[in-house]
Amino acid sequence: MARITLDGIAHAYSGKPQSDKDYALKPLHHVWEQGQAYALLGPSGCGKTTLLNIISGLVIPSEGRLLFDDVDVTRLSTEKRNIAQVFQFPVIYDTMTVAQNLAFPLKNRRMDKALIDSRVTEIAQMLDLTRDLNRRARGLTADAKQKISLGRGLVRSDVSAVLFDEPLTVIDPALKWELRSKLKAVHRALNLLMIYVTHDQIEALTFADKVVVMNDGRAVQIGTPSELFERPDHTFVGYFIGSPGMNLLPAKVSGTRAQVEGGEIQLGAAYPAQPNDKRIHIGVRPEYATLTAGAGLPVKVKRIADLGRKRLAYLSLGGQSLVASVPNGMEGIAGDAKVAFDPSRTLVYADDIRVEGTAP
Amino acid sequence: MTSKPVNNYAWFFVLPVLAFVMFSSIIPAMTVVNYSVQDTLGANSFFWNGDVAFRSLLDPTTEIGARFNDALFRTLAFSLTCLAIEVPLGILVALSLPRQGWAVGISLVLIALPMLIPWNVIGTIWQIFTRADIGLFGASLVGMGLPYNVTQNTVSAWSTIVVIDVWHWTPLVVLLSYAGLRAIPDAYYQAARIDGASRWATFANIELPKLQKVLVIAILLRFMQTFMIYTEPFVVTGGGPGSATTFLSIDLVKIALGQVDLGNGAAMSLVYYLITLTVCWVFYTIMTQLERRRDA
Repeated sequence: MARITLDGIAHAYSGKPQSDKDYALKPLHHVWEQGQAYALLGPSGCGKTTLLNIISGLVIPSEGRLLFDDVDVTRLSTEKRNIAQVFQFPVIYDTMTVAQNLAFPLKNRRMDKALIDSRVTEIAQMLDLTRDLNRRARGLTADAKQKISLGRGLVRSDVSAVLFDEPLTVIDPALKWELRSKLKAVHRALNLLMIYVTHDQIEALTFADKVVVMNDGRAVQIGTPSELFERPDHTFVGYFIGSPGMNLLPAKVSGTRAQVEGGEIQLGAAYPAQPNDKRIHIGVRPEYATLTAGAGLPVKVKRIADLGRKRLAYLSLGGQSLVASVPNGMEGIAGDAKVAFDPSRTLVYADDIRVEGTAP
Repeated sequence: MTSKPVNNYAWFFVLPVLAFVMFSSIIPAMTVVNYSVQDTLGANSFFWNGDVAFRSLLDPTTEIGARFNDALFRTLAFSLTCLAIEVPLGILVALSLPRQGWAVGISLVLIALPMLIPWNVIGTIWQIFTRADIGLFGASLVGMGLPYNVTQNTVSAWSTIVVIDVWHWTPLVVLLSYAGLRAIPDAYYQAARIDGASRWATFANIELPKLQKVLVIAILLRFMQTFMIYTEPFVVTGGGPGSATTFLSIDLVKIALGQVDLGNGAAMSLVYYLITLTVCWVFYTIMTQLERRRDA
């Protein structure tokens, strides 16, 4: 039970970073609150596993301090940190039964036998492993093995945090949902700080209270799932989260108006003038860009994708491509059309960073 | 499956191998079987002897039986001594080898060197090395006041042959174990650290179970080779002092080629072969059965 503070944590595997590029993880300040579920989300190689391994002590950061509550643990070994970690592939102890596997972390810490037994029973119940407790672990299926790994991570009640490194990669898609909701339930029941690494946005958004989106060694935004969806701070978050991602169109912005590909649109706020050398984009999610029979930007329809419960239109606007929603009941869409953006959901980015507007 | 056309043409492709095995193994082996049921009074005239050679070989009250019995126990003791030293030592060395960096290649090559030296050279090296008068090893031990003499002292002779085998073949166990250890994913070690496992617990619960398969192979190979040991005692001790290091293979050569007793020699080599085969088969079956039962 603890709060974990990252104080300027950065890491370069080469040892001596010369430039920004050498960092696998760029300097990061963040406080992980007790009892919360966090997800680290980003593409492969973005530094999320590095960050996780720094917290668990498998990697010692080249810069910064790591605090558990108020204790500096930056250089403490993994064993002394009181951390549990679940890995991408199931790690089980072949020669032991399921129960012995679950008891192993407790036994190594010389806990009382009765206490171990009650704890193992409790965790086995949470993860539906009770029937298999006395079986050898090695004969089980991959997802049962991964449940054992999860169980070993959760069995210690005194851990500062439980870290998950893409734990559902090897699990069958059908079972993924089940295990994920199980994890969510376990999180609620145990009131632990959990940090969950994934490259799957659905997994991150459904599991976590707060999501840290990472790209290229940098945490680009930390927020709740709806913050990430509604107000991405960075164009990367805009197109990485959401499917399809946010439309980004080069624009000229003055006050509450924006010029896009020869047309003009209304914005939900007034924006200060930006320096000329910055690349200015407007960003609008396909959910808030709709084809319209009324006034809007003139576009050409390239194709319509029918997703069942909604339809998406792939459009070209001048030289730019964008995706918009098709309102229910609109038929005969082909060739020329008009698209309208919801002004309050149309955001402005300067050099990929969101610009805060002022009320008009 | 049944709808597939079935023919036996594939057997034609196996024929060359069968022919080769016929001439390289089966016919020579049958020659030995043939000799084992005959006896000779010389002048290349043989007569039927039935199972007499086998009976006397397996009966410790006969001269040849007692001799066989002694040599068999000597050889078994030698094999077990070598296994008891080489397997744990091999694992220990494999565990302490570097896992990455430039030192890996160098240490592996250095460790593998003894295995690359031809058998008779090994014997000659050690014969000179252990001489009590001029050998570095032998003379040093004598200089320290130890009663070391390969040709006269039973303990010296025995321990020297064991030391040679350990020096020569522990590298095999090291290389096999090292390969087995390298195949263990890092996550296992990381999980063990997070679970707070001690060094011993990590070895007993992760490394040893994962090494089981390569160790079965290592033990089989080492058993077969130590059970058939010939060159080292032949060159270094000549089977002596007395018959202290006369292992089965040495005795076999003495009977078959030294005394030209082809009947007894053939019977002995067949029994020798069957013992090796049986021990290996039993060991292998037990180990694989254990594995299967564990999976169930």
